[in-house]
Amino acid sequence: MSQIILEAQGISKSFHDPVTIPVLKNISFTLNQGEFVSIIGKSGCGKSTLLYILSTMDTDYEGNLIINQVSMQGKDEGELAIVRNEKIGFVFQFHYLLNEFSVLENVMLPGQKLGKYSPNEIKEKAYQKLKILGIENEALKSPNQLSGGQKQRVAIARALINDPLIIMGDEPTGNLDKKNSEIVFDIFKELAEVYGQSLLIVTHDNEFASRTQRIIEMQDGSIIRM
Amino acid sequence: MNFKLIQNIAISLLLARWRQTLVAAIGVTFSITMFITLLSFMSGLNDLLDGLILNRTPHVRLYKEIKASDYQPVDIQSKKTKQYNFIRSIKPKSERLEIQNSAAIIKNLKTDSRVLGVAPKVTAQVFYNVGVIEITGVINGIDPEAENKLFFFNDYVTEGNFMDLKNIPNSIILGKGAAEKMLAQIGDVVQITSSKGERLSLKVVGFFQSGLQDIDNIQSYASISTTQKLLGESNNYITDLQVKLNDILMAPDVAKEYQRVYEIQAIDIQTANSQFETGSSVRSLISYAVGVTLLIVAGFGIYNILNMMIYEKMDSIAILKAIGFSGKDVNRIFILIALSIGVFGGFLGLLGGFGLSAIIDQIPFNTSSLPTVQTYPINYNPSYYLIGSIFAIITTYLAGYFPSRKASKIDPVIIIRGK
Repeated sequence: MSQIILEAQGISKSFHDPVTIPVLKNISFTLNQGEFVSIIGKSGCGKSTLLYILSTMDTDYEGNLIINQVSMQGKDEGELAIVRNEKIGFVFQFHYLLNEFSVLENVMLPGQKLGKYSPNEIKEKAYQKLKILGIENEALKSPNQLSGGQKQRVAIARALINDPLIIMGDEPTGNLDKKNSEIVFDIFKELAEVYGQSLLIVTHDNEFASRTQRIIEMQDGSIIRM
Repeated sequence: MNFKLIQNIAISLLLARWRQTLVAAIGVTFSITMFITLLSFMSGLNDLLDGLILNRTPHVRLYKEIKASDYQPVDIQSKKTKQYNFIRSIKPKSERLEIQNSAAIIKNLKTDSRVLGVAPKVTAQVFYNVGVIEITGVINGIDPEAENKLFFFNDYVTEGNFMDLKNIPNSIILGKGAAEKMLAQIGDVVQITSSKGERLSLKVVGFFQSGLQDIDNIQSYASISTTQKLLGESNNYITDLQVKLNDILMAPDVAKEYQRVYEIQAIDIQTANSQFETGSSVRSLISYAVGVTLLIVAGFGIYNILNMMIYEKMDSIAILKAIGFSGKDVNRIFILIALSIGVFGGFLGLLGGFGLSAIIDQIPFNTSSLPTVQTYPINYNPSYYLIGSIFAIITTYLAGYFPSRKASKIDPVIIIRGK
């Protein structure tokens, strides 16, 4: 269970425009299989920036990122896309569902991109994930017919479809009211405890963070508590 | 698998904004329609105008020209010396306009594989007698069948039957202008005087209208034997041999060859009518230029719409990238969108072009100079449809290429964090 699935080795990043401002300073930490970790810190401390680097979407940094024992250094855009598709599920502050597709199709998209399973199997899996999140009845609706909380749950289902190594969240409850935040947190907790899913969630909600297994606190681009 | 997914996404994006898609497709449809219609119409007119001259002009005309010999006896005398002779006032020697040994030449020409057909002709300078007045004219003695087969003679006979020239002895088809001057009707008998003073009464069996006033005022047609009789010549007197070739482009070479082989004057159609070739090529150039411009304008329309679509879909593109679609996939999605607009719009454009051409083909177009033409001419050349469809796909591809590249380069982090 304590296998390392994600490792950051001395990650630094600076914004250069208009003057060089260091955002992340030599950040190193590891994440084990099945851990439910939150990153907290004040606004502007670089926690989201770190998350985007860890998710391979931002490639402009120094240091090394190792996901599942494979270094992300030197991989091109297409290879990183495959890593994101296969290993990482992402939940954003805003749900980011595609309104052109139904809820079910939204959930199926990453699975279809992976192309590992037949369309029917993907559909089956998508239903299964929606069921875990308690929204299987909304499957054929369009995303804009859903409430904010439901949309966020669809987004989580989409993140889960390829059984990723890790789920990353960037303030996934930031846009939700208390009740829906609660539901989303419970889902995360269930995923971690029942399914052994690793989670890495950026939040500024200290109450949310305090209920996770491990808290990484950041200040001015450095980790001050792990 | 993957392609099918990309196809699905492209279709969904297209249908989500179907009005915009439709506008883009209509842009392509319109330009392809106009491209095809314009080219068909222009080249139809071109063919008509060219046909006016080209159909009726032999590809190679063999004739005897009265001119002074290039080679004078004194030249033979002074061949070996270094002197140069200036000879003035040379006159051609008395010669007949007749082509020597014409029967053998015709026989020989007919066996030539490059030759489509040969029509012999006798030209006679005559006077049409109108009461006491004499009007100058020319009678072409022709073989009506060969003339019709090779030069569409029937198209220019507006009244009467051209075969009557052969079937009715001493008959004539008068030029429209000449007939009006002589107040001649079909069935009338007109008096013709040859340049040598021979008089002959000929029965009018038809009228001829070429569309060229100068010709219609002067020329008339009779059978070869009638003309020979008028000239008082024997029945092997032929002044012109009109040769039509299978390939018009070979005419200059063939003319040179015949000139050498038969020791006779030969002129090819390109030399005789060089202005027509220039005219028609410039006209088709203009129509292509207009057509291509239309397509490029449509291309810009597609470019704009795709560009707009990409700005609208920034979020979707970012999210597609976040969940594991590469820049290449995104690029393919938008190229596919552009191409489907191009293919769909282009296909409708082909149908529209055909339809519009067909409509123009029905519009009456009556002109006294072109007796056989009733409606506007259209050239239904399949190559225009081919060019149109290829061009539709190429322009839409190019129009989609740059926006797609932009879409593929979108950085998801900037968009997602920008919220």
